[in-house]
Amino acid sequence: MAYGAAAAHDEHEHHPTGWKRWVYSTNHKDIGTMYIVLSMIAALVGGLMSWYIRLELADPGLQFIHDTQFYNVLVTAHGFIMVFFVVMPAMIGGFGNWFVPLMIGAPDMAFPRMNNISFWLTAAGFVLLILSALVGDGPGTGWTVYPPLSSIAYHPGPSVDFGILALHVAGAGSILGAINFIVTIFNMRAPGMTMHRMPLFVWSILVTAFLLLLALPVLAGALTMLLTDRNFGTHFYEVAGGGDPLLWQHLFWFFGHPEVYIIILPAFGIISQIVSTFSKKPIFGYLGMAYAMMAIGVVGFVVWAHHMFTTGIGVNTRAYFTVATLIIAVPTGIKIFSWLATMWGGSIDFKAPMLYAMGFIWLFVLGGVTGVVLANAGIDLSFHDTYYVVAHFHYVMAIAAIFAMFGAWYYWIGKMSGRQYPEGLAKLQFWVFFVGVNVLFFPQHFLGLAGMPRRIPDYPDVYAGWNMVSSIGAAITMVGTLMFFYVVFHTLMAGKKAAANPWGAGATTLEWTVPSPAPFHTHEEMPVIGGGGHAHGGHGQVKPAE
Amino acid sequence: MASQTATKSHPYHMVDPSPWPALGTVSALSLAIGGIWFMHGGPLWAIAPGFILLFSTFFFWWRDVVRESRAGVFHTEAVNHGLRVGFLLFIASEVMFFFAFFWAFFNASSPLFNRVAHTTWPPEGIVPFYAWGLPFLNTLILLTSGATVTVAHHAFRLGDRPKMVFWTGVTAALGIIFLLLQAFEYSHAAFGFRDGIYPSTFFMATGFHGFHVFVGTCFLIVCYFRARAGDFTSQKHVGFEAAAWYWHFVDAVWLFLFVVIYWWGSLGFTGVYSH
Repeated sequence: MAYGAAAAHDEHEHHPTGWKRWVYSTNHKDIGTMYIVLSMIAALVGGLMSWYIRLELADPGLQFIHDTQFYNVLVTAHGFIMVFFVVMPAMIGGFGNWFVPLMIGAPDMAFPRMNNISFWLTAAGFVLLILSALVGDGPGTGWTVYPPLSSIAYHPGPSVDFGILALHVAGAGSILGAINFIVTIFNMRAPGMTMHRMPLFVWSILVTAFLLLLALPVLAGALTMLLTDRNFGTHFYEVAGGGDPLLWQHLFWFFGHPEVYIIILPAFGIISQIVSTFSKKPIFGYLGMAYAMMAIGVVGFVVWAHHMFTTGIGVNTRAYFTVATLIIAVPTGIKIFSWLATMWGGSIDFKAPMLYAMGFIWLFVLGGVTGVVLANAGIDLSFHDTYYVVAHFHYVMAIAAIFAMFGAWYYWIGKMSGRQYPEGLAKLQFWVFFVGVNVLFFPQHFLGLAGMPRRIPDYPDVYAGWNMVSSIGAAITMVGTLMFFYVVFHTLMAGKKAAANPWGAGATTLEWTVPSPAPFHTHEEMPVIGGGGHAHGGHGQVKPAE
Repeated sequence: MASQTATKSHPYHMVDPSPWPALGTVSALSLAIGGIWFMHGGPLWAIAPGFILLFSTFFFWWRDVVRESRAGVFHTEAVNHGLRVGFLLFIASEVMFFFAFFWAFFNASSPLFNRVAHTTWPPEGIVPFYAWGLPFLNTLILLTSGATVTVAHHAFRLGDRPKMVFWTGVTAALGIIFLLLQAFEYSHAAFGFRDGIYPSTFFMATGFHGFHVFVGTCFLIVCYFRARAGDFTSQKHVGFEAAAWYWHFVDAVWLFLFVVIYWWGSLGFTGVYSH
C-alpha cells in the first residue's frame, strides 16, 4: 500500500544528521519531539520548585527559606514555568505538532520553517525566564506581575525585565505557532476530511490556536507598557503620573483567562481521543463536543474580571462577570456528560491512557465545581487569594492538564518511538500519582476555607495539620513523577516493539494507519477519507491498517 | 529537493531544513539581554549585535522565500492560499496588539469605561495637538496612499509592470512623507514623553503605529524592487497582496487613532460624564 512505499522511500530520504537535524529542522515530528523534551526538562525544574515550596510549608515557621523574596521568586517561577514551558509546549507544540498533521492526512505543517522558530523562541523564553530568577533578587511578583509590586520602585533590578522579555519571546513563538496550526487545519486536510469529520483533538488545537492568536498580543501590549513604565518613564500603571494599576489587571486577565483555556482545551481533545478509543465507541455527541469547545473559547474572552472581584470594581460589573462565568459551566457540562455517555455501554479497556482520562474527568469535575463556587462575586470576596483558589486551579487546570499529558504520552508513545510502555508499571505509576495529587491538593480546600492566604511562606499553627498532609501528598506525587521518568527511560531503552495500531478496533484516527514509529515523512500520498459514511459518527475514520 | 519534487503527490511545500530560525532565536536572545543591559545603565551599542543578527535573519530567510517562489514548483496555488490566510491571521494578531493600547487610552480618558478615569481629558496642563492641522494632513496622506496601493493592485492583476512599479513606488513615497511629518510633529509636541499618562498613551499608540508604517513602507519598497525584477505576474503576486493588506491595516489603525486620540481626545468635554 501507499504508506509502505512512503516508508521505503523514507530510508533514502536525505535530511541532515546530528545536531543539524534538530537545530535546522523543518519536520513536524522532530520539532514535536523537541517540544516534548523541552517540556520534560522544564517540568523537572518547575516541579522541583513546587516540592521545595511544599517542603517549606510542611510545618509552621520558616524552616528552609529564610529569604522570603526567594520564596516569592519560587512561586513566580513555578507558575510561569508550568504554564508557558511545560503544559503549552507539551500539548500544543509537542502532541499538536506530532498528531495534527497525522490526523488530518497532511504531509507536514503549513509553514515548516516557521514551525522551527516557534520551538526555538519557546526555548529562548525558557532561558530568559531562568535568567530572571538567577539575576539580582529575582522576580517576586507572582505570575500575575501586578504593578506596583512589579514596578521599578519595588523591583529595581533587571529580574522583572528578564521575565517580561521571556514572555515576549515565548509569546511571539506561540503566536507564530498558532498561525501555523490554523493554516494547517484550514488548508491541508486530506480529501474528504471535512471540518465536521476532524478528530476532536484537531478541533481542540484549532480553537486553542485562535485563543493564542487573539489573547497573546494583548499580553504583549500590556508587557510593553510595563517595560516602558519601568525603564522609559511612561505612566500607564503609575498612579503618580495619572496611570492606573488596575489597567494592568484588566489587560493581564483579558489574556490570562483565555490562557487557562489554552491550557485545558488541548487536554479536552486528548481525553476525547482516549475515551473513544478505549471505550471502543465513537465519541458521543461529536458535533456538540466540537461546538462546546468553540463556545468555551468565545465566552472565555468575556469573563476576565472574575479574577478582579476584590479590586473595587462596581457591583453591576461584578454581577455581569459572575453570570458570564457561570455560563461557561454549560458547554463544559456538555463535554463531561458526553465523555460519560461515550463510556456508557462501551467495552472499556482499562489501559494506562484510559486510567489517566478517567482521572482527568475526576480532577476536572472537582475543580470545575469549586470554580462554580468561586464564580460568585459575593463568595469570592472571602475566598480570593486563599488556598481554596490554589486548590481550585490546580485541580481544574494544572493537574488536570498534567493528567491529559501523561495520558497522551502513554497513548501515543508507541507511535512516536516505535516502542510500547510497560503496562503494569504504567498503571502503578498512575495510582501513585493519582493518590499523590489528591492528598496534595484536596486538603488545600480546607485550608482556604479556614482562611489561609496564598503566596505566604509562613502560617499560624492552626493550619499545621492539613499543611503536613498536603506536603506528604507532595512527596507521594514526587515518587509518582520519578516513576514516570523511569517508565520513559524503560520504554525508550527496553520497550516492546509497538504495532501500527496497538489499541485495536477502537483506534480509528489516521495516525494508526501509518507504521510505528511513524516514518520521517508521512501522508506523502494523501489519504482519502469517508465517502458515503455519515459524517457525524465517523469523524476522521478510515479502516485500521491491519 | 529534487527527489522531493519527483516523488510527492500533494500540492504542499516540504521546506528544506534551514539555519535561519535558529539565527533568529539567537538574535532574539541577544536583543533581550543587550536591551536589559542598556535599560539598566549599559551602553546603547549593547543592542547592536541583536539588531545585526535580526536583520541578517530577515534578509536570509526572506531571500530563501523569494528564491523558492521564483523556482516555480514550490508555491502552488494551495501553498499561496496558505500564505495568504497566514498573513491575514498575522494581521489579526497585530489588531489585538493595538487593542491593548486603545484600552489603555480609554481606561485613562473616559469615565464611561473606568470610574476612576480623569474627569477632564486632556489632563490639566496638557496642550494637545490641533487635530485638523498636521494630523489631518497625515490622515489625507494615508488615505491617498490607500487609494494608490489599490491602483497598484489593479496593475498587478492586469500584469502591467510599469504601472505596478510606479504606483507601488508612489505608495511607499507617501509612507515616507507620513513618517517625516510625524517626526516633525513629535519634535513640536507641547508635552514631554515622561509627562504623565497623556503622553504615555499618545506617544506609545501613535509611536507603534508609526513603527508599523515604517515596516509597511519597507515591505512596499521590497515589492517595488521585486516588481521591477519581474517577480510578479497577474496570476501570482502574494508578496504584494500581503504588503497591500498590511498597508490597509496600518491605514485603518490610523483612522481610529485620528478619530479617538487626536480629535475626540482633544475636545476636552469628556468631563461631562463625570459622576
